[in-house]
Amino acid sequence: MSVLVYTENAGGKFKKSTFEAVSYARAIADQNNTTLVAISIGDVSNDELNSLAKYGAEKVLNANNAKLKDFINQAYASVIADAAKKEGADVVVLSNSFSGRGLAPRIAVKLEAGLADGAVALPGQSGGKFSVKKTAFSGKAFAVVELTSANKVISIVPNSYKVEEKSVAAKVEDFSAEGDPSDFKAMIKDIVRATDKVSLPDADIVVSAGRGLKGPENWGMIEELAGLLGAALACSKPVSDAGWRPHSEHVGQTGIAVSPNLYIAIGISGAIQHLAGVSSSKVIVVINKDPEAPFFKVADYGIVGDAFEIVPKLIAAVKEYKASA
Amino acid sequence: MKILVCISNVPDTTTKITFTDNNTQFNTSGVQFILNPYDEIALARAIELTDGGNGSVTVINVGDASTEATIRKALAIGATDAVRINAKPHDAWMVAHQIAEYVRANPFDLILTGRESIDYNGSKVAGMLGELLDLPSISIIKKLDVDNGTATVEREIEGGKEILSVPLPIVAGCAEGVAEPKIPNMRGIMSARTKPLAVIEPVEVKTFSDVISYETPAPRGQVKLVPADDAAKLVSLLHEEARVI
Ligand SMILES: Cc1cc2nc3c(=O)[nH]c(=O)nc-3n(C[C@H](O)[C@H](O)[C@H](O)COP(=O)(O)OP(=O)(O)OC[C@H]3O[C@@H](n4cnc5c(N)ncnc54)[C@H](O)[C@@H]3O)c2cc1C
Ligand SMILES: Nc1ncnc2c1ncn2[C@@H]1O[C@H](COP(=O)(O)O)[C@@H](O)[C@H]1O
Repeated sequence: MSVLVYTENAGGKFKKSTFEAVSYARAIADQNNTTLVAISIGDVSNDELNSLAKYGAEKVLNANNAKLKDFINQAYASVIADAAKKEGADVVVLSNSFSGRGLAPRIAVKLEAGLADGAVALPGQSGGKFSVKKTAFSGKAFAVVELTSANKVISIVPNSYKVEEKSVAAKVEDFSAEGDPSDFKAMIKDIVRATDKVSLPDADIVVSAGRGLKGPENWGMIEELAGLLGAALACSKPVSDAGWRPHSEHVGQTGIAVSPNLYIAIGISGAIQHLAGVSSSKVIVVINKDPEAPFFKVADYGIVGDAFEIVPKLIAAVKEYKASA
Repeated sequence: MKILVCISNVPDTTTKITFTDNNTQFNTSGVQFILNPYDEIALARAIELTDGGNGSVTVINVGDASTEATIRKALAIGATDAVRINAKPHDAWMVAHQIAEYVRANPFDLILTGRESIDYNGSKVAGMLGELLDLPSISIIKKLDVDNGTATVEREIEGGKEILSVPLPIVAGCAEGVAEPKIPNMRGIMSARTKPLAVIEPVEVKTFSDVISYETPAPRGQVKLVPADDAAKLVSLLHEEARVI
C-alpha cells in the first residue's frame, strides 16, 4: 500500500497548493508507515519534478506526452487511476482546485473509492476508522466524513494545510500513459490566462470590495492596494451581478470560497451569504462606514469610516511599510 | 435536444446552520428548503437552449417526498417534466448511481448539474455521472453553447479560463455566467401542477462514506478597531501582531 499524490502544474510550474497537497499526502504516508508516490502529468522540467523530494515524495512518476500536454479531465483521471493501481496506492490525494474538482469524482469511481472532497485537516485514523474533516454548508460548518471503502480519494482545500519540508531521496520515472481514445472527446480550443493576476482560490491575501464602492470606476484604488500586497481581487455578488467586476471575482456561498491568510473587505456589509465563502480566512479586516455592519462581528481588525478616504491612506501606509521593510 | 437537469433541494442561503443529537444531525427545524441556486442556473440555460419547442427539459431529483415543492418550482420555471427517485440522498456516489441508472434507460443529449450543492459542496455528482456513463464531464462551466451536436463550453481554471469543444452527450456543472436564473410566472405556476412528475424507486447501491459528526467554526474574538485616520496602525498590527503581511 502507498499514498499517491497528483501534483498539478500551471504552465510547467508547481503551485503552492501542489506543495500543500504533497505535504498533506506525506503526513498520511507517515501515519500509515508507507511510501509517497507523486504523479505529474504534462510538460514539467526535471528540476521541477525533483523539487517534489523536498516535501517528501519518494518516487515521482512523470506522465508526459504530446496528447497529455493540456488538461483533459477524462484522460488525466484515467492516468491517475492507472498510476494508483500500478503503485498499489490505496489513498489518492489531490488539491481541491478547479481541475482537482473535475478529477477527484472520476478517479473515485474508477477506484471504487470513497471521496472526501474539500478536506481541511489530516484524516483521523483510530479504531480502524478513517475519517476526514471537510467543509460543508458553504463554510458555515464542517462535516466529519468516515470513508468506509478500501480505497480513498481526498481532495484538500488550498491554504488549509501548511507546506512542510521533509527532504527524502527521490527518483523520477517516466510513466507511460496514453489514455483511452474515448478520453479525448473534449478538445481545448483556447486557454486564456490572465498571467499578471494572482489566482483567487490560491491567494494568500485577498482584497475584496462591495457595493459601498458605488461604481466600477472606483476600483482603481482597490487594484492598487491589491497590487501592493500581492493580493487577488474579489467582490460581493451584487458587484458582479451589476457587471462592475467579472463573475470570476465573486466570492461567497454562490461564488468562490476562499480561505486566505488575510481577507480585506471594503464596503461590504457582511451578509450571511457573503460570509459563508470567506469566514474561514485566517485574519479578516473590515473597512465600512457603518459601525453596525454585520461584517464587524466576524472581523479581527476594523476601521469604521469612508472607504474613499481610508483606502488611499492605507495605500500610503503600505507603501511606507514596504519602503522601510 | 433532450436535456436532463439534476436538481437538489438545499437549505435556504440565509439559514443559520445548527446541529442536534450531539452534533450528529443537521437541525432542519424551521429551515426553508430551496432549489439549489446553481441548479437554477443550469435549468435556466436548459430552457433557453430548448426555447421554442426545440426539445425538452427533464428535471431529476433523488429525494423523499419532501422535495416535491422544489421539483414543482422547477416545473413552474419551465421544465417539461420531472422525475423523483424516491430515496433520501446518502452521498454523491449514491445520487450519481441512481441518476446514471435512469439515464442508461433514458438517454439524453445533455446532462446539466449545478457546480456544487450549497449544503455539501462536493462538486462530485457531475464527475461521477460522467465516469459512470463514460461521458466527458466538465465540472465548473461559465458558458455553454450548443451547435450541431457539439457543445462549446468555457471552464474556469486557476487564474483564467479555457474554452473547450465537446461532442454531445456530455455532463456539465453550471456556475454563474451560464444563465440568469428565471423567475416563474403565473402561467408557469398554474401549469406546474399538471406537468408529469414520475416517482420511481431507487436501485440498490453500496455507499462508501458516512457523515459521523458536524462542527461549527470557532467563534472569532472581538474586533480590534483602528481609528480612521491611522491606517499605519492597521499595517503595523497586520505585520507585527497578525503576521500576515
Ligand atoms: C440565493 C442568494 C445567494 C447569494 N450569494 C451571495 C454570495 O455568494 N456572495 C455575496 O457577496 N452575496 C451573496 N448574496 C447577496 C447577499 O445577500 C448581499 O446582498 C450582498 O452580499 C451584499 O453585497 P454588498 O455588501 O456589496 O452590498 P450592500 O449590502 O449594499 O452593502 C454595502 C456596504 O458598504 C458600506 N458602504 C457604503 N458606502 C461606503 C463607503 N463610502 N465607505 C465604506 N463603506 C461603505 C455600507 O455601509 C454597506 O455595509 C446572495 C443572496 C441570495 C439571495
Ligand atoms: N439529491 C440530488 N438529486 C439530484 N441531483 C443532485 C442531488 N444532489 C446533487 N445533485 C446535483 O449535483 C450537483 C452537485 O452536487 P454536489 O456534488 O453535491 O456538490 C448539484 O448542483 C445538482 O445538480
